[in-house]
Amino acid sequence: MQLQPVHPPVVLRRLVGALLLLWLVLTITFALIRLAPGDAATFLVPPSATAADVARIRDELGLDRSIVVQYAHWALALLRGDLGESFSLHQPVSRALAQALPVSIGLGAASLALTFLVGVPIGMIQAVRRGRIADQLLTVLTTVVYAAPSFWLALALVAVFTYGAAAWGLPPGVRLPAFGLRSPGSDLHGTAAMFDLIRHAILPITILSAVGAAGVARYARSSIADVLSQDFVRTARAKGASPRRVYFRHVLATVLPALVVLFALSLPGLVAGSIFVEAVFAWPGMGRLMVNAIVARDYPVVMGAAAVYAALVLLANLAGDLVLPLVDPRRRA
Amino acid sequence: MISLPAMRKTSALAAIVLVVLAAGVILVPLISAQDPLRIGDVLALRLLPPWSRDSLGHFHLLGTDRFGRDLFVRMMLAGRISLAVGIIGSALASLVGTVAGALAAWMGGAVDRGLMALADALLALPRLVLLLVCAALWAPGLATVVVVLVVTGWMGVARLVRAELLGVKTLPYVDAATALGASSQRVLWRHALPNALGPAIVATTLGVGNAILLESGLSFLGLGIQPPRPSWGNMIAGGRDLIVVAPWVAIAPGLALIATVLACTLLGDAMRDRIAGESGGSLRDRV
Repeated sequence: MQLQPVHPPVVLRRLVGALLLLWLVLTITFALIRLAPGDAATFLVPPSATAADVARIRDELGLDRSIVVQYAHWALALLRGDLGESFSLHQPVSRALAQALPVSIGLGAASLALTFLVGVPIGMIQAVRRGRIADQLLTVLTTVVYAAPSFWLALALVAVFTYGAAAWGLPPGVRLPAFGLRSPGSDLHGTAAMFDLIRHAILPITILSAVGAAGVARYARSSIADVLSQDFVRTARAKGASPRRVYFRHVLATVLPALVVLFALSLPGLVAGSIFVEAVFAWPGMGRLMVNAIVARDYPVVMGAAAVYAALVLLANLAGDLVLPLVDPRRRA
Repeated sequence: MISLPAMRKTSALAAIVLVVLAAGVILVPLISAQDPLRIGDVLALRLLPPWSRDSLGHFHLLGTDRFGRDLFVRMMLAGRISLAVGIIGSALASLVGTVAGALAAWMGGAVDRGLMALADALLALPRLVLLLVCAALWAPGLATVVVVLVVTGWMGVARLVRAELLGVKTLPYVDAATALGASSQRVLWRHALPNALGPAIVATTLGVGNAILLESGLSFLGLGIQPPRPSWGNMIAGGRDLIVVAPWVAIAPGLALIATVLACTLLGDAMRDRIAGESGGSLRDRV
């Protein structure tokens, strides 16, 4: 199979379109959060502060100027690549994002890989064994997990693998930590620190992957089942192709483009979905940064986080568009 | 596709679950002798295990929470809110989406471009993020959650309706209606739109479960329904630090949530297979 690259002008046009859309998203977000009653100043002052104190802080943060002026300031700074200074964290927004983003991306990427590595084979087994006992059991399992909120699953797993494992005297290898990225007060280096991180990551990644894999398996099952009932599959079988060849060369190749698009579109959802898992496991990722910033009316951080999320979505869409012709010859213009 | 009788069986089961649940959430708080909001003798009543009787002789099917309130009655009261928010939120979002999609497809031009650009922009943020940003707009509560579900949920249906209408627009019976002298408005609302609603109806049904999950997620984070008014999400949040001492406080509302969303998903699936006949489906938000 010869891979043909997409035309550069097409890529450029999509990129420009994506940037315009990003700008529109950020402007809408800017308008939305400024419509909210109450602003950062009221959250930053001590309870004993006078109205004059609040006014002074509002002046310092530039919140007393008109919304149009504030928008212009923010937009010009953004064009220079400056996301501003966080109101509540006392550090540049870019630094706060740079600390939080790797946590969420790591969590999201590991879960995304597992989601498809587990979900697609499950869907394939179900489609091949359609109506049999294996399919029925897996259907029940995936549909139930698909209906479960991740924060509830997280609590259930913490109850079993953190508290339960300790109470039942299980070996330490099965006891999994329920909070944070690393053991508090530990002074680990090298491989020991790595193992510590992995132990902390097992529960969050398991939950995000399980919920994702259930959805992917449902999708894969129905699309593979559709393909299996088509004439070209019957023809391939009639011509004596082995089941392995039929499933991988004919069936999987047909559903692959749809799965690739699903893969690209899943990344932003996964990173956003980690909000709940981060909340339960106290992981210092994008979700926690964003929720805390919204509650504190920390506008620059909310805008910065929204920009990152929107950029992720647009990049994922773009990546899906660009990769599609590589896996689907019909999409090569 | 599962064989048809098997599918009918699952969707019948799902419908029964929803009917029993709806009856339960309406009737149980009405006929129960216990006030699910009143806090009584906390020390004597708190955290009673399921299937127990308290010192006053009240029977607690699912035990009590940390304030000694009956968990079963609270769960049913919470179910009222979760079901209502899910159904109303999903239905209103679809209504807004249908009107927007119809206007875009029928009027074309600047209206179409403007509405679709707005939809694209809102879709460029993950729904959870948009939901959180909007939830901060007003004081958290029931009305806010519904409004936020509508604001963040109309775009998908708008696109579906627009795409269907653009297809229907070219069909001969639309020409025929126009030739018979029907106004453009009449052709749209009476002839074209009813034939373009199939996918939107499926999306609405599947959207109910998703909306219930989103509400529970917002409430879990403290941005949705506020205690003492119970919702399944804030009840799970309330049981979070009791997961060792009194696991039933978080387990019970979670199971109710899963059963409800499961039933909605199964019904939506069955409806999709009947109406739309398309394969696959959209993935829910990862609450």
